Amino acid sequence: MNSAFALSSTTFLYGLAMVCYVGAFAFKKKLPATAGFYVLVLGLLLNTAGIGLRWVESYQMGFGRAPFSNMYESLIFFSWTMTALYLYVEIKYREQGFGVFVSPLIFLAIAYASFDPSMSAKINPLIPALKSNWLIAHVVTCFLGYAGFALAFGLSLTYYVKPGQPDQNSIFSRLPDGEVIDELTYQMVVFGFLFLTIGIITGAVWANSAWGKYWSWDPKETWSLITWFVYAIFLHLRLMRGWHGRNLALVSITGFVAVLFTYFGVNFLLSGLHSYA
Amino acid sequence: MKNKDGISRQIWVFFCSVKLTVYILVLLAVTSIIGTVVLQNGSPQQYVNLYGQGIYNLIQVFDLDDMYHAWWFLLLLLVLCINITVCSVERLSLLWKTIFPGRVRFNVNRYLKSKSSQTIDTTSSVKQLLEPCESWLAKQAGPVIRQTDGQTTYLYAEKGRWTRLGVFVVHASVLLLLAGALIGAVFGFKANVRIDEGTQTGRVFESKTREPMTLDFIIRCNEFEVSFYENGAPEEFRSNLTIIEDGQESLTTDIRVNHPLRYKGINIFQSSYGTAAPDTVTMQMVDNQSGAEIIRDIRIGETIDLPDGAGQFTLQGFLPHFEFRNHDLGETFFGLVTLTGETGFQIGMPMQFPTFDKMRKGRFAFVVTDFEKRYYTGLQVTKDPGVWYVYAGFILMILGCWVTFFMSHQSFLLTLAPRGDGQTRVVLSGKSSRNSRSMTLKLKQMATRLENQLNKGE
Repeated sequence: MNSAFALSSTTFLYGLAMVCYVGAFAFKKKLPATAGFYVLVLGLLLNTAGIGLRWVESYQMGFGRAPFSNMYESLIFFSWTMTALYLYVEIKYREQGFGVFVSPLIFLAIAYASFDPSMSAKINPLIPALKSNWLIAHVVTCFLGYAGFALAFGLSLTYYVKPGQPDQNSIFSRLPDGEVIDELTYQMVVFGFLFLTIGIITGAVWANSAWGKYWSWDPKETWSLITWFVYAIFLHLRLMRGWHGRNLALVSITGFVAVLFTYFGVNFLLSGLHSYA
Repeated sequence: MKNKDGISRQIWVFFCSVKLTVYILVLLAVTSIIGTVVLQNGSPQQYVNLYGQGIYNLIQVFDLDDMYHAWWFLLLLLVLCINITVCSVERLSLLWKTIFPGRVRFNVNRYLKSKSSQTIDTTSSVKQLLEPCESWLAKQAGPVIRQTDGQTTYLYAEKGRWTRLGVFVVHASVLLLLAGALIGAVFGFKANVRIDEGTQTGRVFESKTREPMTLDFIIRCNEFEVSFYENGAPEEFRSNLTIIEDGQESLTTDIRVNHPLRYKGINIFQSSYGTAAPDTVTMQMVDNQSGAEIIRDIRIGETIDLPDGAGQFTLQGFLPHFEFRNHDLGETFFGLVTLTGETGFQIGMPMQFPTFDKMRKGRFAFVVTDFEKRYYTGLQVTKDPGVWYVYAGFILMILGCWVTFFMSHQSFLLTLAPRGDGQTRVVLSGKSSRNSRSMTLKLKQMATRLENQLNKGE
């Protein structure tokens, strides 16, 4: 098995998991969601293997490096962090209802990496600026943060589409109840916020060792700070002003829009130090 | 703080409000976007070309060309700082007694109504249960306080009271970060310098203003090396530098990207490189009238005579990148041709395009055929005495966030009430300063463990 095979199988499995979760939602059945869970577990194993193999393959090519240094690799890792976090939440809180909103995000990320023709899956050696141990710490923490926010986004969407008192026969009746969603959203934002904070900090320390400036208002840096502000607002609104429910869900959705812009928008629309990822 | 006299109290209340925090954060988030969209630190000409004169005037009025240092942006940060300080002082003064109580007390009624309480019915008497329950609770949370009201006994213990300080640590870390940034901006600098291989300098140029500044020591570049991967991407830039202080060589070392040199509070980073002007080049001059070719070595700045007294040629200089009609022609030499009786004119001789000067169709065509390649190293030289405050802020922020979000002040109450026949009902209740949902879960798990323990003891 090589990394390309493992990762394309992962794409397929995540797609299948999405079909299961959506099916469970649409047909109000429990069984497909349970199947979706196991497919996701299998997908996560292959995803892990794919990342590991890619790492090994880079050593075989003579310039071993962590597989976290371009858009393709970051998307692969993003689906990994989202899946890992989602599985953890499903196991811990025994709620599978919102898998229908998260599994598409997981699938979209890896499908984008696999199917976009402009995405290079080639394993290239690292340019000098990326050769640092901070690379791993920075990428891992940032994407754990993004995963937390992605799940919070999935939950907020759930909250948003779910009517207050769904009919027993409505397809919304299987979704977790509002209070649970609200609490879980908060948990995910807290998780994401802590890791985004660490991600920004590791990035700053790295920048200081590479360029002698821990903060230079580069567009990606600035957008990560904007994202951080939005979630700081979320936390203050919830903890200090007692916001809950739909309005807070809107703040979380706004936050994820900022995440997406930080991740994709900056690369495509603005130029800066992160042009390689 | 309890200032009753009108206006100062009003100002205090204004800066106290979390509403203000939210508005400031929204403003910071929204205005920060401007700087990522509008070109920063460009030249006036660039702005006029990009946006037109009208908008450029607007950009100037609001300092949008250096947005993150604009007075109004710094003012927002200042208001945020005041807001954080005032909020923290206010809340801390309210919480002080809670966090540092003289004596820990508990109010039984606040626990008894809790919906998340767990009940265990046992066949043992209160007296039998007291000792095992107390030691179990002590192991869970800490020192146990016992209180009896008639027949019912209450056992209370708590942990993590100090975690209520977490949020203040986070807020203090923000202030520390901004203080560090301020110290860096006032007492630090960021400069650039280019040093040709084999040469030395003690003068660097401030990055923004391009003003020269003199260091306390001299940097010599002994050698610069660049290596490439098979695919042509750069693998590594490396400069071998020597620091010379008071005429003494005090240190010789290699620096690479991500591996700077830190010397007496000054940091030296590898930031760029390029081809330095060579000493001597080999030139070919073709006389288009006679077809004669002259090849000779010439130093930069040297003037030579053209054949037949036709005039003179001076090799003026070298540019690593020559912009010609919006194309980068790469490494290019420049010369001044002065034909007898005429005014001189300048010609360019790009290394990549040897026929470039021929296209001028003058009497003589000039080509640089060879030169000894030498690199210069581009160094960034910085000093930032604020960086340690910023790093301390980073550590405090991570610790503070961890404590605030993942730890809590938890208190537990075990109620031992007799049910008659020497049997006892044990009720476990608990409170947490954060996350009541996970507290309910925790109480359930704790109750299961307690029940097992008590059954074992029987």
